[in-house]
Amino acid sequence: MINSSSDNVKKLNSINRRMFITGSLKFFIMIGLISRLFFLQIKENKKYLTLSDKNRIREWKLAPVRGEFHDYFGNIIAGNFEAYQLHIIPEQVEDFRYVIYRVKDLLELSDKEFKRILKKKKEKKPWETLIVSDNLDWKKFSKINNHLYDLNGVKPVISISRNYPYKDNFTHLLGYVSQANEMDIENSEMIKKNFVPGLKVGKVGLEKSFENKLIGTNDIERYEVNAYGRRISQLEFQKGEKGKNLKLTVDTKVQQLANELLKDKAGSICVMDIFTGSIVAMHSSPSFDPNLFVFGISQDDWQLIRNDPMKPLVNKTLQGNYSPGSTIKPIVALSALENGIINTNFTVKCTGKTEMYGQTYHCWKKKGHGFVSLRNAMKQSCDTYFYEIARLLGVDKLSETAKKFGLGEKVFGDLFEIEKKGLIPNTTWKKNFLGKGWLLGETIITGIGQGYIQTTPIQLCLMTAQIANGGYKIYPHIVVDDKKIHPQDKFTPLYQNSKNIRIVQDAMFGSTNEVMGTSYKSRIDDPKYQFAGKTGTAQVKKITEKDRELDLKTFQIPYEERDHALYIAYGPYKNPRYALSIIVEHGGNGSTTAAPMAKKLFKLIIDRHVLRNSINDNKYLDI
Amino acid sequence: MYQHTRFTSNNFSFFQKFKNFDYILLTCIVLLGSISLVTMYSTDGGKILFHTKSHFTKLIVFTLMMLIFSFINIKFWFLFGYIFYLSVIGLLVWTYLFGIKSSGSQRWIDLYFINLQPSELMKICIIMCLAKYFHRMKLENVNSIYTILTSLIIIILPMGLVIVQPDLGTSLLIAISGIAVLWFAGVNHKYFIYTMLGFLISLPFIISFLKPYQKLRVLTFLNPDRDPLGAGYQIIQSKIAVGSGGIFGKGFLKGTQSYLEFLPEKHTDFIFTLFSEEFGFVGSAFLLLIYAIIIYRIVAVGASSRSYFAKLFCYSFGASIFVYITINMSMVLGLLPIVGSPLPIMSYGGSSMLATMFGFGVVMSAKVHNQQAIA
Repeated sequence: MINSSSDNVKKLNSINRRMFITGSLKFFIMIGLISRLFFLQIKENKKYLTLSDKNRIREWKLAPVRGEFHDYFGNIIAGNFEAYQLHIIPEQVEDFRYVIYRVKDLLELSDKEFKRILKKKKEKKPWETLIVSDNLDWKKFSKINNHLYDLNGVKPVISISRNYPYKDNFTHLLGYVSQANEMDIENSEMIKKNFVPGLKVGKVGLEKSFENKLIGTNDIERYEVNAYGRRISQLEFQKGEKGKNLKLTVDTKVQQLANELLKDKAGSICVMDIFTGSIVAMHSSPSFDPNLFVFGISQDDWQLIRNDPMKPLVNKTLQGNYSPGSTIKPIVALSALENGIINTNFTVKCTGKTEMYGQTYHCWKKKGHGFVSLRNAMKQSCDTYFYEIARLLGVDKLSETAKKFGLGEKVFGDLFEIEKKGLIPNTTWKKNFLGKGWLLGETIITGIGQGYIQTTPIQLCLMTAQIANGGYKIYPHIVVDDKKIHPQDKFTPLYQNSKNIRIVQDAMFGSTNEVMGTSYKSRIDDPKYQFAGKTGTAQVKKITEKDRELDLKTFQIPYEERDHALYIAYGPYKNPRYALSIIVEHGGNGSTTAAPMAKKLFKLIIDRHVLRNSINDNKYLDI
Repeated sequence: MYQHTRFTSNNFSFFQKFKNFDYILLTCIVLLGSISLVTMYSTDGGKILFHTKSHFTKLIVFTLMMLIFSFINIKFWFLFGYIFYLSVIGLLVWTYLFGIKSSGSQRWIDLYFINLQPSELMKICIIMCLAKYFHRMKLENVNSIYTILTSLIIIILPMGLVIVQPDLGTSLLIAISGIAVLWFAGVNHKYFIYTMLGFLISLPFIISFLKPYQKLRVLTFLNPDRDPLGAGYQIIQSKIAVGSGGIFGKGFLKGTQSYLEFLPEKHTDFIFTLFSEEFGFVGSAFLLLIYAIIIYRIVAVGASSRSYFAKLFCYSFGASIFVYITINMSMVLGLLPIVGSPLPIMSYGGSSMLATMFGFGVVMSAKVHNQQAIA
C-alpha cells in the first residue's frame, strides 16, 4: 500500500512535469500561429488583397465605335449602323437542340451555316456567347422577336457596325474594314491595345491609313467572376471614346457621277482643286460594295471580285501605271519652251511618218498634218512634231520637267501604301536599272508618252492642276485639316518663265475649243463651263505594219488589245479652278471615249463650285 | 461531507453531477458549435442548404451525446477502454474489406443513417486504450521493453489499417494521439528524442515510398508556385483568402475567395480559411482563443481528476486536440504540406465530430466524477 502510494506520487510528479513541458510547448506554438496570422492578414494584407482582386475581377473589352468619314458637305460616307444580331448563351437554354432547330427554321439557315454554328458551339464554354447570326435583316430580326416566348436563352442584340451608305462609290478611296487578323494586330500598337475578338479594322485605303484616329477606345466592362470564369455580377462600366470623325475634301455628287460615267468600264477619274490640291473626286472602276467585307465576304462574292478581268481590287487611280500617251505632250512642249529648244514659231512638217535613226515613226494621222507650229501640234496632237522636239530636247531635260510637275513620284507620300510611283525614264535610270545605254529612238517615243514612261492617273491630274494654276506647286490632300503635313503658305513656282505656261495653256484651250482640236466635239461654249484639255491614246501593244494596213475600228479589235483612252483637262478656262484626269482602259480613243466624260464632269463640278466655296472657310488663299 | 463523497464512490446524485459540470468548457463548446454553424451557412452561399442542415443536426445530436456521456461514471469508460479499441479495430478491418470507396480511398462504412469513418473514432479510442493500459503500471515498468513493444503494437496496428485505406493524414494523427499518451505515461524522454532523430534521418527514404500524389504534396508545400494551377493551387488560394481578410475581414458572407469558388474543400479542411477571410485577424484570433480555453479546460479537468486514467486521458486528449488544430491551421496557412486533417467541430464531417464530442464527453465525465477513484 505504501509502496503503491509512493509509486502513485512518483507517477503524479512525472505526469505533472511532462504536462508543464507540453503546456509551454503549446503556448509557444499558439504564439507561432498567431504571428503567422498576423503576418498574412496584417503585414501582407495588401499583397493578398490584390491577388484576391486579380482572382475575382475580370475585364471585358467591347469593340470601340469607329469614327466616321464625312464628305466635304458633311454627308456621312462611311458611318456606323445598328446591326441586328442573334446571340445564344447555351447554358441558359433548357433544351438547346429544340431552340437551335427552331432558330434554324425561323432564319431559314442552310445546312452548311447550321453546321458551322454547331461547330462553333462545341469550341466554346457553355456560358460564352454564341453568335448565331451577325447581321440579320429587319424582317428576320422581328420574326425572332415575335417568337421569343418559346426561345428561352436566345438574345436579339443590336450591335454597332461599319456601313458604307454609298456602296461602291468610295470603295477605293476609303477602303473597307473587316475582322482584324494576326498581321493587323502585330503591325499596329493601337489595334493591339484595343483588340477584342470580332474587332473590325481598316484593310486598305483611308480606313487603313487613319486607323489610329478612327479606332477609338474600348468600352470596358468589369465583372466579378468565379473560379471557372463565369460572370457573377457587373462591377463597373467604363465608356470608351468613339473614334475621330474625318472630313474629306471629296464631293459625293461628283464622285457618283464619276462612278456612273465609268460604269461597265475599267478606268479612273480624279478631280482636283488646282489651288488647294483638294481631291474633289477620285474613283477607280470597276468598283465593288465594301459592305460585303464588314461581316466577312462569302466565298462566292470573293471569287467574283477576284476573278473579274477588269480587276476591281486594283485602285487604278493610284496603282495603275499607264503610258500617258499624248497627255504628256503639254509637259514635252513646256520642257522644250523652258529649255529654249523651241519658240512658238518653230514649225515641223508632218507627212504622216518620219524616218529617224533608221526607223520609221508614224503620226496617228496617216496623211500627215503638213506644216505645224507648237499650238497646232498640241491642238491636233501631231506626233511628228513631238518626235522632233523630243529629239532636240533630249530625255534627261524632259524628265527633269516632268518630275518637277509631280510625275514619277508618289502624290500622297505615305498616305496610301499601295500608291505606285510611275516611271519617268532618263539615261542614268536605264543604265542603273536595265544596264543598257539609252537609245535615241527611245527619246522619240517618250515624246508622245510611249515606251518606258509610266504615270498614274493621280499624277496626271496633279500635273494638269499645276499647269492650270499657272505653274505653282500644290500638295494634293484628301482630308480636311490635314495641312499640317503640307505647309502651303506660299506657292512655289515650277517654271522659269510664266509665259511658257500660258503658251501651253493656250494650246490646250485650242485642243478643246477650236475646230480641228482633238476634243473639239466635247467642248462647252458657255464660258462659265469652258474647259481646256488634252486627249491621249496609249497603245498597249506595238502596232505592226499589218495592223496599220488593216486599220481596224476600235470595236473590231479584241478588248485586251484596244488602246487606253486618256484625257486631262482643267476649267473653267477663264479663272480656272479644277483639273481632272480620266483614263478608260482599252477605251479605244481619248477624244471619243474619255473627253466626253470631261464635259459632263465639268458641268457638275462648276455648278457645285459656289456651294463648295460657301463651305470653304477661307482657309486657303484664293488667287 | 467532502470526505464522504470522496470515499463513497458510486453515490453521486444527479444534482451534484450538474453542479460539477465544467460550464466554461460547455460554453466554449456551444460557442464553437455556433460559430461553426454560422461558417457552414456561409459556405452554403448564405442559404440554409444541405451542409448547414446536416451540420446542425449532427451538432445537436452529438452535443446531446456528449451531455449523456458526462453523466456516465468515468469508471465505465475505464472498464470499456480495451473493448472500444478492439471494436474500432474490428470496424477498421470491416472498412478494409467492405468499406465504401470514394475518390480513390476506402475509408467509410455504410451504416444506413450515417457513413462512419472508423479511423476518426480511433483517434479517441487509442487514447482510452493506452490510458487504461498505463493506468495501473508502475513507473519503473513503463520503460520495460515489454511495455513499450506492447504499446507500440497498439499504436501501429490501427495505423497500418488506416494507411492502407489510404489515409496518411489520419494515421499520423492516430500515431500522435498514441505517442501523447506514452509521453504523459512517463516513457523515457530519450526514446522520444531517438525516435525523432531516426524519423528525420529516414525521412528521405520515407518520401521515396510515398505515393505519387503524396510526394507531390510535399514538393508543392516546399514551393507552391511550382504548379500554381495544379497541386499548388490549394495552398496559394488558401493563403490569398486568409491574407486578403485583413484585420476585420471582408465581412460575413462576403468572402470572395470562397463564394466565387476559388477555395477548395471549404466545408472541410479549409473551413478556417473561409472563416479567416470573412472575419479577419480579429475573428481568427478569437477562434484560436476559444480553442485555447477549451484545451486549457481539458487540461484543468485532468489536473483536478483523482484517477490516473482520467488524468492521462485528459492530458493526452488535450494534446491531441491541440495537435489537430495546429496541423489544420498550419496547413491552410501554408506552414505544412496539405494532409487531410479536419479542424475539430468547425469542419463538416460526422465521424470527426462524433470522435471529438466523444472525447469531450469523457473529459466532462472525468470532471463530473473527478473524485472517483479507480482501483
